[in-house]
Formats: sequence, structure tokens, C-alpha cells
Amino acid sequence: MSEQGTVRIAPQGTQPEFHYPPYVSSIARSPRMPLALLAETMTERTGPVFGHRLIRPQDHDLTAQHEGDPLGERIYVHGRVLDEDGRPVCGALVEVWQANAAGRYRHKVDNHNAPLDPNFSGAGRILTDEKGYYIFKTIKPGAYPWGNHYNAWRPAHIHFSIFGAGILSRLVTQMYFPGDPLQPLDPIFNSIPDKAARNRLVSRLDMERSEPGTALAFKWDIVLRGHGDTPFEESSR
Amino acid sequence: MTSTSRLIPTGSQTVGPYFHIGLDALAQCAHQDMAGETVRIHGRVLDGNGSAVPDAMLEFWCSTPANDDAGRHCEFPIGFRRVATEVDGSFSVEMTKARAVPLDDGRMQAPHFLVLIFMRGLLRHLITRVYFAGEAGNVADPVLETIPIERRVTLIAQQKSDTAQTFEWNVVLQGAEETVFFAW
Repeated sequence: MSEQGTVRIAPQGTQPEFHYPPYVSSIARSPRMPLALLAETMTERTGPVFGHRLIRPQDHDLTAQHEGDPLGERIYVHGRVLDEDGRPVCGALVEVWQANAAGRYRHKVDNHNAPLDPNFSGAGRILTDEKGYYIFKTIKPGAYPWGNHYNAWRPAHIHFSIFGAGILSRLVTQMYFPGDPLQPLDPIFNSIPDKAARNRLVSRLDMERSEPGTALAFKWDIVLRGHGDTPFEESSR
Repeated sequence: MTSTSRLIPTGSQTVGPYFHIGLDALAQCAHQDMAGETVRIHGRVLDGNGSAVPDAMLEFWCSTPANDDAGRHCEFPIGFRRVATEVDGSFSVEMTKARAVPLDDGRMQAPHFLVLIFMRGLLRHLITRVYFAGEAGNVADPVLETIPIERRVTLIAQQKSDTAQTFEWNVVLQGAEETVFFAW
């Protein structure tokens, strides 16, 4: 494979380890054998492209998916999806899911003793525009307890899943809120060794984009792996 | 081309146990396929204790031909599937079999899918590949040949004798039978 480049490894400390014992579920589910280097071939350089008709108009407004208004603090979450060169990734599929204001997910395995909200499903999706921009209107999710260790609580977060240009740009992560005192206690948040990289998962309050009398806004930019100068097409690089 | 990375990619976090809320809708969209032979790949996801993983999500990708413009303008991407495991850790996916794709130097790769694996407990996703038993190209596949011979079998879906187009492939996260995963 002399002339074939291999898939780049993320800068040290900026991604979590697979085996991170403070997060107990990682112990039996993480590989232990050395990871192999993967040639970066046409398979790795290309990726799925999602059409606009897969997205419905209300998909990015999680407060308007039912007859009534959901309970909780209305917020906007918005930002840009960028490549490593800081260029916008347009047409990126962004899918989100989250707990309601009481910290409860609409999911059969969530048995947290907090109420479901009949007016909140907690799922959204959008394609970024030509500037790489996305926006969701939603409810600020509540913190919730989980079984990782005694008195464990997840800080408030929204799950994000993103497809950029090429399958290697694929990212699943969580966005957090500024000033949440649960973050330093959370093994999932802390699994990213580099402090600056960890803190880039925290959105910032954005008073400019807020809607006076209606909703605060939080801004969060996402950087995907790769250089998307020829988005969604096979690159000769 | 020289490339200076100025921004550090955003850190990964686990998909968690509740991904169905946000990620099922897409998996249930009408699929489109390129012309060709349909294959079914089924198997189980097992953890380091040999226990079934009932809350994993797998995404299969194969590169569609670069000149397949029709494929690029479909609503649901050709060559892509998302599937979640059932309570017994099993999954099953049906799609057009990947075709052989060239390396930059012209050598051919045997038909394969790239597979991304997500689950509670995985702080970042796993990347692997699945090939098909009985393909002549497997022997000289430039990626398979970089893998120690005793572990190559973990990347090859085995043909079921009863149905020619049905293949079995298990994902073993840890232990002696551990699947080969690739670094990213």
C-alpha cells in the first residue's frame, strides 16, 4: 500500500478513548486489540448525500410538533457546520434528540420518575444551508439521574448526529449548556482528555439571536473532520 | 496539495441509549438502490462478556460509482443503510451488494461496505469493513492484506448454504474473536 494514504488519526487528546473506565459501559464494549490503519480509498472519501424532501418543515421546530406547547424554557440552538479549514459544510444532515424539560426521554427504556410531556417528542432534523448554518427551536432539556455510579446525574445536553462531506466526517456527539455545574462531574463529558476540546462541546449564550420576550438562544459551531472543498464529490486529494 | 488544519474537529460523545428517538425516522425512510444483486447481511453484536448488545446502531456505506449522477440526486442516498440491533443483539440489512472499487493506483478492492458502529458505552464510533465470502478479489484485496491473516475472517461475512444472497456477519467488540476495527 505504498502510494495509498491512510485515514488520519485525530489530534491527541481531542477525542475520547474507547476504553474509559469512569464511564462503566465502556468497559465491556470497547475494543482492546490494536486498531488497524485504514487505507483512505474511494469508499472512505465518499459519503451519503441526503435530499431536502427527507426533511419536513416542522422538523427543526421541536416546540411545534404537537397540538399544544411543550412545558419548559423555549430556546434556539443554532450555529454553523464547518470543515477543518473553517469552510461551511452545506447540505449537512443534522439530527438531534433530547430529554424534555423534566429530564425525561420519550423512550421505552427511560424509567426515570419524571413526567413525559404530551407536547414534546424531543427529535429534530435539518439540512445546513449554503453557509453551513442550522437552527433548531426547542425546550431546554433537564438534567437527569443515571446508573453509572452513586448519585450520578447527566448535565443538560442535546444529542447531535451529523453527516458532512464524506463518511469519515461522520460525527455523533452531545452539546452542553454554559455554566452547568454538573459538567465537571460527568464521566461522558470528561472522557475527552483535552480541556479546550472538551469545552468546545459547550454552547454559548447568544443574546443577539435571542427573541426578546420569547426565547433565549445558544450558539454552537461544529467542526467536522476533513476538508470539504469539494463537498460530497470524490476528491482527488 | 498541502493542507493546513486550522480547526480541531469537534469531539465525539456516545450515542447513548435513547438514539431511537432521533435516528429512527431516517432509517424508516424509503430506500433507493442502485441496480445489482441484493444481499442480506445479518448477525449479532456481542460485547466483551459475550452478551448481546440490544442497543447498537450500524450504518453501512458503499461508494456508488462516481459517474452515477442519478444516485447523487436521490432523496435517500444510494449505498447507505442505518439499522439498529434488536433485544437479542441481532440486526439484518438488505441492500444492493457493493461493487469492486479501485485504489488510487488502479489496484482493485474486493466488494465491501464500510460499517460505522454506535452504542451506549462507545464514546466514539467504531469503523470496520465487511467483505463477502467467496469473492475471488478477497485474496488480493489491498486492505484485507494489511490485516494479520488470523483476524481477516472477522471482516468477511459468511455465505449461508441455503440462500446464496444471505450472509452472516457478527460484530464482536472485545476478546479473542474481536472484530478488526480501524483507527480514526
